[in-house]
Amino acid sequence: MSNAPAPTRRMNMIEAINDAMRLAMARDDDVVVFGEDVGFFGGVFRATAGLQQEFGKTRSFDTPITECGIIGVAVGMAAYGLRPVPEIQFADYIYPALDQLVSEAARIRYRSAGQWHMPITVRSPFGGGIFGGQTHSQSPEGIFTHVSGLKTVIPSTPYDAKGLLLAAIEDNDPVIFFEPKRIYNGPFDGHYDRPVQPWAKHPASEVPEGHYTIPLGKAALVREGQDLTVITYGTMVHVGLAAVEELGVDADVIDLRTLIPLDIETIEASVKKTGRCVIIHEATRTSGFGAELAAQIQERCFYHLEAPIERVTGFDTPYPHSLEWAYFPGPVRIGMAIEKVMKD
Amino acid sequence: MNDSRRSNRPPLSLHIPEPPARPGEEADFSDIQVLPAGVTPRPDSSAEPHSMRDLAFGLVRVLDDDGQAVGPWNPRLSADAMRAILRNMALTRAFDDRMFRAQRQGKTSFYMKCTGEEAVAVAQAHALDREDMCFPSYRQQGILIARGHPLVGMMNQIYSNKGDALKGRQLPIMYSSPEYGFFTVSGNLTTQLPQAVGWAMASASKGDSRIAAAWCGEGSTAEGDFHAAMTFATVYRAPVIFNVVNNQWAISSFAGFAGGEATTFAARAIGYGIAGLRVDGNDALAVYAATAWAAERARTNNGPTLIEHFTYRAEGHSTSDDPSAYRSAEERVKWPLGDPIVRLKAHLVAIGEWDDARHAAMDLEVAESVKAAQKEAEKNGILGHGMHQPFETMFEDVFEEMPPHLKEQQAQMLAERMRKWPDGSQGPR
Repeated sequence: MSNAPAPTRRMNMIEAINDAMRLAMARDDDVVVFGEDVGFFGGVFRATAGLQQEFGKTRSFDTPITECGIIGVAVGMAAYGLRPVPEIQFADYIYPALDQLVSEAARIRYRSAGQWHMPITVRSPFGGGIFGGQTHSQSPEGIFTHVSGLKTVIPSTPYDAKGLLLAAIEDNDPVIFFEPKRIYNGPFDGHYDRPVQPWAKHPASEVPEGHYTIPLGKAALVREGQDLTVITYGTMVHVGLAAVEELGVDADVIDLRTLIPLDIETIEASVKKTGRCVIIHEATRTSGFGAELAAQIQERCFYHLEAPIERVTGFDTPYPHSLEWAYFPGPVRIGMAIEKVMKD
Repeated sequence: MNDSRRSNRPPLSLHIPEPPARPGEEADFSDIQVLPAGVTPRPDSSAEPHSMRDLAFGLVRVLDDDGQAVGPWNPRLSADAMRAILRNMALTRAFDDRMFRAQRQGKTSFYMKCTGEEAVAVAQAHALDREDMCFPSYRQQGILIARGHPLVGMMNQIYSNKGDALKGRQLPIMYSSPEYGFFTVSGNLTTQLPQAVGWAMASASKGDSRIAAAWCGEGSTAEGDFHAAMTFATVYRAPVIFNVVNNQWAISSFAGFAGGEATTFAARAIGYGIAGLRVDGNDALAVYAATAWAAERARTNNGPTLIEHFTYRAEGHSTSDDPSAYRSAEERVKWPLGDPIVRLKAHLVAIGEWDDARHAAMDLEVAESVKAAQKEAEKNGILGHGMHQPFETMFEDVFEEMPPHLKEQQAQMLAERMRKWPDGSQGPR
């Protein structure tokens, strides 16, 4: 938090994201924001509210409903020299844009040997826990971490969201910026049957009003302990923290914040210290990012491990609507994994 | 299955398109209506798209059968300008012939000619401003040649040699050159169309005066990106020209598999409220005139244009293709719209500005310059004969700054080289 200027203001995650875009647009005329319902209305989650009014219709505008077109146009704008920040309304809708992301945005610096680069930040709400059914709940980050040339960023607090989004927009490579929509309005401990908590009570809702960045590729150690390492990101940071407290385990909890580039140093130091590791993500299990983490940890920390690494994830089914809370990797599933790792 | 069929209804049947002629059969172009040159009207470049729908079903032609330039689309180019187009078409053809042969000689992995389609890229490059941005597909080498890109540089790319500006990373002919307004060619089809729209939107939003142009084949108009691009272009009236090069064949699939049996490709514009022109793609003057019209339209904020260039792919899709396996060998000679070089030459001869001797001298001159460039390029190496790029460059330009995991993999790769060449030479360069 060293480069964070005063004064600060209480913000929820949406406000922090909105504030980041407003600042980026004020600082750089080349930053443009667009997507479905993004302009006049300000986005279905209000993330772009007020931007068109403040910066005009050519800086923040509505688009046709074609994700392939939205990202394709962003690539062309970046080739011209703009710094586009397109929104994909839900991460579940991103698949029609895959060719433009995977074969184009991610590859253009490489295939043109640096003649062109793609400073594009694709913002998209992701994850479940809002009764969104299978088309408004997915966590497809593993698809993008598998692609060379893309960075993948997932914030877990308003403070991080603003600093990471500013860093992403200022980055000269394409960034997939997934916003955990379950925690837009407040952190979530995983107990869906308890009252919703607002961000106002969380220290990370104290957000500097000015410009600051959080470097991409740096994880945050959000809880320090001796006996266990919990590695997670997004909504699951809060769920994991709550589970650790409830179980009374003295755990390091690492919020990755950036999946690619991965802060493997922070992970390695923690696991070598604790010897036990639980990885938590909401995304489906098989070939998920947790598999990559487990592989890298055993490559580096095998002789420090006291127990097999456990993955706590969504199940390999589509995200169910009515059975959402049976699907969600909540306190029970996390608890079982932690107990298992601690017992061995 | 039959149980589910209602007995009082006729059975459905599925239509699978079939081209008019297959190998061994007589070429059949009877379904192509060749309108006479000069009959297609030329609206004002600011005309409303709905007022010019007929043009999507017509055929803009300037050069008639007697080699005269006729009608409202005649761009009235100077003889010098026409000779420059002629030479660039001839140079493109000579370049293609030479590089095709280089591939057959094992000097590179792959090549794609544009034989018979030279008018499209070359005349268009002449009609556009030098600063306009091109988002080409893989058969528009004529743009680079007409804009004066050094042939040696193009060949270096084809050979992936140590002079290759793209560091040997791209399949031959997937050129890229910001300096020549030529966006990096993708192998994934029509991705460049929405990109061209985005570039054009950016240019418009910045109050720039440059426009964008994009090319794709008729086959790939079936891609979703094509339709996304058309929608974006019409919504924002982007200053962009879409060029559908209808060369009748998408590898082995005839235009019918992209919907060509049902309508023209220019008519795709109508549904989007975009100006659509259908042009004789083997008539360099018609191509020039249509492009200049669309450029003027774009430059005056009257929005996008879709041009269908009606032409014929005279040779295989690429060096990996053998068209004798799927189409009539007669097609090339029977193509009703002739050859773009022969036709422009005939016009220049007819108006007394050219003759056979000068043409022969030009052919010799372009062949010599291609040959000289090839000799020069081969000094930088040919594909498969030594590693032309330092190994570690493989990891550069994935990101602006190399992240730790790539540094690790780079070290691994260098360790592999040391195992293979323990003397530290890293093998042949």
